[in-house]
This record gives sequence, C-alpha cells and structure tokens, in this order.
Amino acid sequence: MSKEIDLGRRKALSTGGIGLLALFGGAALLRPGQALAEWNQKAFTSKAVDEALGSLGATNPEENSTLIRLTVPEIAENGSVVPVGISSSLPNVEQIAIMVDKNPNVLAAVFNIPAGTAAEVTTRVKMGKTAHVVALVKADGKYYRTSKEVKVTAGGCGG
Amino acid sequence: MGKPMKIRASVKDGMTEVKILMQHEMETGLRKDADGSLIPAWFITEVKAEYQGRIVLDAQFGQSISKNPYLMFSFKGGSAGEKVKVSWVDNKGDSRSDEVTISA
Repeated sequence: MSKEIDLGRRKALSTGGIGLLALFGGAALLRPGQALAEWNQKAFTSKAVDEALGSLGATNPEENSTLIRLTVPEIAENGSVVPVGISSSLPNVEQIAIMVDKNPNVLAAVFNIPAGTAAEVTTRVKMGKTAHVVALVKADGKYYRTSKEVKVTAGGCGG
Repeated sequence: MGKPMKIRASVKDGMTEVKILMQHEMETGLRKDADGSLIPAWFITEVKAEYQGRIVLDAQFGQSISKNPYLMFSFKGGSAGEKVKVSWVDNKGDSRSDEVTISA
C-alpha cells in the first residue's frame, strides 16, 4: 500500500516538474514585444564602477581615450542635467555604456547598437557631486573605457 | 499610459538622425519628500527605436538619467516620409509608444 502511494507521489512530482518546465518555456517564448535584452538589475544597482563593469561582463576594459570620444562639460552648474555624448571610431561597436563614479547607482545607461546604427549617442545624466563620467564601449567583443571629470557646483540628487 | 514623447527624425547623407525627448519624472528612489519619507523609485528602464520593424536602438536606463530624458542617435538608411517608432517601459510597468515621420 505504502509503495503505491509512493509511486503516485513520484508520478505527481515528475509531471509537476514537466508542467513547470513547460510553463517557463512558454513564458520565454511568449514575449516577442520585449526589448532585446532584459533590464540588467545587477549592473544598474552596482555601487562602484568595477562592480558595474563586472556585471556587464566587462572586467578590465582597455583604457583608451583616442578611440572613444567622451563629450561632457568641464563644469556643470546644474548637476541634474549634465549632457553626455559618446562616440567611437572603433569598428563593429555593439554596446555603449555611461557611468558616473560617485552616484549612488553608478550605471546610468546601456545602449545596444545594432549593425547600421552609428556608434554615437547623446543623453543627459544626473550627477550628485563632482565625479568622473565613465564611457564604456564594446567593439568586436572587446571592451574599452575612458573617463572625464565634471565639476558639479549644485548637485542633482538633492531632496 | 505615459505622457507623449517629442521626437524628431531627419535624414541627411544616408543617415537618419533621431532626437527624442521623453516626459518622465525619473525618480531615483533616494529623494525624500517634505515629511522625510522616501519617494519611491520611478524611472524608465528600457527604450527602443524601430524602423521598418527592425530595432535601430535598444537602451536600458538607470536612475541616473535626468528627468525628462533626452536621447539622440542615428542610423543608416531611412528616407523622408517613412516612420520611426520609439517606445519606453518604466519600472512600474507603464509604457509609451510614439511614431514620427522622417523629414528631409
């Protein structure tokens, strides 16, 4: 008797397992409208540049200020709106990321650049205080970075 | 549903330049209100731009992007009269999608 019960339980467990698999598989397939990549929570909650680089799979990127052009103001009177422009002359740029090293969450944005899209983006970031803006560029599977300091006279994260 | 975006797309020398101005609070979740309690985080997490059903830019944002985010990029191709579609999603699941006609 106890054997039968046991078998029944095992059967239930195994079918349950298959059911779950089917459910997850289905969920993964049923999202055609989603962006190409899921929002990288780990990277976007990183508190330090190295941690964010690690979460993006970009440990020890090559320092290069010639192949990446980072355009930021030297002094930002208003830290809540700091224009940042990043462009690169590297071939096959796949990704561009912006970080602010002294912000509570350092990673500001990650841009996935499909073929045919120029390796050039411009946006605006918040800066709590004087800090370095870090530009990260992934080209041909390899990571490069450069950074520039922006002096902030009035922080952008005040309450 | 989010507030409408302002989008401009213009083609020059075979490249279409897209300028986007989104309307969003972009709350960091670190600010306090007058009573001293934290204002919950509320920010755009993903932005994508499509041209003829093809993704021409796919971006992920964090809290450090300024209020009312601005974004400029350009892609190869496009001609006057064609459309570019831009959509965003925020961390509360709200979204917005707008289309613009490429000008010469």
